[in-house]
Amino acid sequence: MNPVAFLVLAALTIAAALTVVLHRNPVHSALGLVSTLFLLSVQFVGLDAEMVAVLQIIVYAGAVVVLFLFVIMLLNLQIEVRRTGGPVLVGVAGSAAVALAALIVRSVAGRPATGAVEVPAGFGSATALGERLFTAYLVPFELTSLLLLVAVIGAVVLAKKKA
Amino acid sequence: MGVDAAIIAGKALFLMLAFVLQVMALGVWFERKVSAVIQDRIGANRASIFGVAAMGIVNTLVADPIKFLLKEDVTPANVDHLLHAMAPVLSLVPALLAFAVIPFGDVLQVGDRVINLQPASLNVGLLYVLAMASLSVYGVVLAGWASNNRWSLLGGIRGSAQMISYEIAMGLALIGTVVVYNTLDLQEMARAQGHLLWGWLPAWGILYQPVAFVIFMTAGVAESKRIPFDLPESESELVAGYFTEYSGAKHLMFMMSDFVEVVLVSALVTVLFFGGWQVPWLFRDGFHLPGAAFVAVPSLLVTILQLTAFGLKLIFFTWLQIVIRWTLPRFRYDQLMRLGWQGLLPLALANVVVTALVVLLLERAA
Repeated sequence: MNPVAFLVLAALTIAAALTVVLHRNPVHSALGLVSTLFLLSVQFVGLDAEMVAVLQIIVYAGAVVVLFLFVIMLLNLQIEVRRTGGPVLVGVAGSAAVALAALIVRSVAGRPATGAVEVPAGFGSATALGERLFTAYLVPFELTSLLLLVAVIGAVVLAKKKA
Repeated sequence: MGVDAAIIAGKALFLMLAFVLQVMALGVWFERKVSAVIQDRIGANRASIFGVAAMGIVNTLVADPIKFLLKEDVTPANVDHLLHAMAPVLSLVPALLAFAVIPFGDVLQVGDRVINLQPASLNVGLLYVLAMASLSVYGVVLAGWASNNRWSLLGGIRGSAQMISYEIAMGLALIGTVVVYNTLDLQEMARAQGHLLWGWLPAWGILYQPVAFVIFMTAGVAESKRIPFDLPESESELVAGYFTEYSGAKHLMFMMSDFVEVVLVSALVTVLFFGGWQVPWLFRDGFHLPGAAFVAVPSLLVTILQLTAFGLKLIFFTWLQIVIRWTLPRFRYDQLMRLGWQGLLPLALANVVVTALVVLLLERAA
């Protein structure tokens, strides 16, 4: 991937992610989340992982955040005016964030820089992804499916419950 | 590099200008005149240029757009200005982007260069279309929310629930076609429909996946939010639903994205189930008619015939969707949800299982 393109994309992604956290209006925050997910999927395209990129848009940008918006609109959430958390909470959260950032920087900075890696033909296609999922990662894949199934059944049970 | 980029841009422009926008415009004209025929009226015929009304074309395709563009753009007080202005764009752009992987012909030979007549050849093409379709819901949701109007909000909420529900049935219906063609690239799907069954019957997708066609067409009409699935706008209860508070050019963009989605559904139905650009019995060297008759056709003429066939199929399915719209009454909301979740979804799942079983058994037998 072109380094300039990467830097521009990365800056935009971080700006979108900051919007999610900092914006007072829940709908704008949700839109920031969509932008973040969309920009991440552009990054995936830059890394030759087209299948992951498309799935990222279909599942997260196209479905999950739509449900977030749906709930925000149904509950008619207003712009947040009240500050939540006192100075102690802000201090704890701030130092935790700084510590996490330091940890990430340390673990990345220690690694030697690698040049561009040639990917084999067909890398990132549906076939390649499917083969990996159903051979090397079969157990985690099936366990994730099971988890989703449990969540679906849970949702049905909760929705059926009569008070 | 420069030539390749220019060719890709040229293909995208050609697809937009020669097919998408033309068929969309025809769709707008059909909408007025076909509905008039169905309801025993005359339909749009007032505006004319030098006395030529051209069967309402001047009225619908010249006068109406000018009127929309010149109208005052009213933005109500207390709306979220940024989102209110962004919503029509977010509704139109994904629908247009989805055309990037639609093949509109086989190949065009120019000298030594063989040009694949598809703007972008992605190996995840079909999923890309679904991704873009799933993004177009934001235009509806945001228009509904940003307008600061109860009717708009109700329309937006209905729209988001409806589009998410029908996307599932739509995606599952397409899995059947993917299993049959064994690819996600739309161009390869169109090419796979080029052979003949028993020497005379073109092997179009409708023969292999009739159930998927019915589900896809139904879900496609629901995705474009048109009658009988127009609950998000339903003018008799919600004024105009999510775009109640839009006027002028922004309203035009919402209308345009509706029609672009109609053309998109037509293009997908054509490519997946009706051979795409295939002309029956026409191969790259000429017509191989049943009974071993052969008529040689020059390569350029073959390409032109294919482009024409693709265009005619697009027009037919656009017309069909407009006839559906003016024939059926609107669903009630619970009927809409029941059809999507209890009708189409199990049917699509059954279609996937049966298709996969048959393909597996045939492979074992071979």
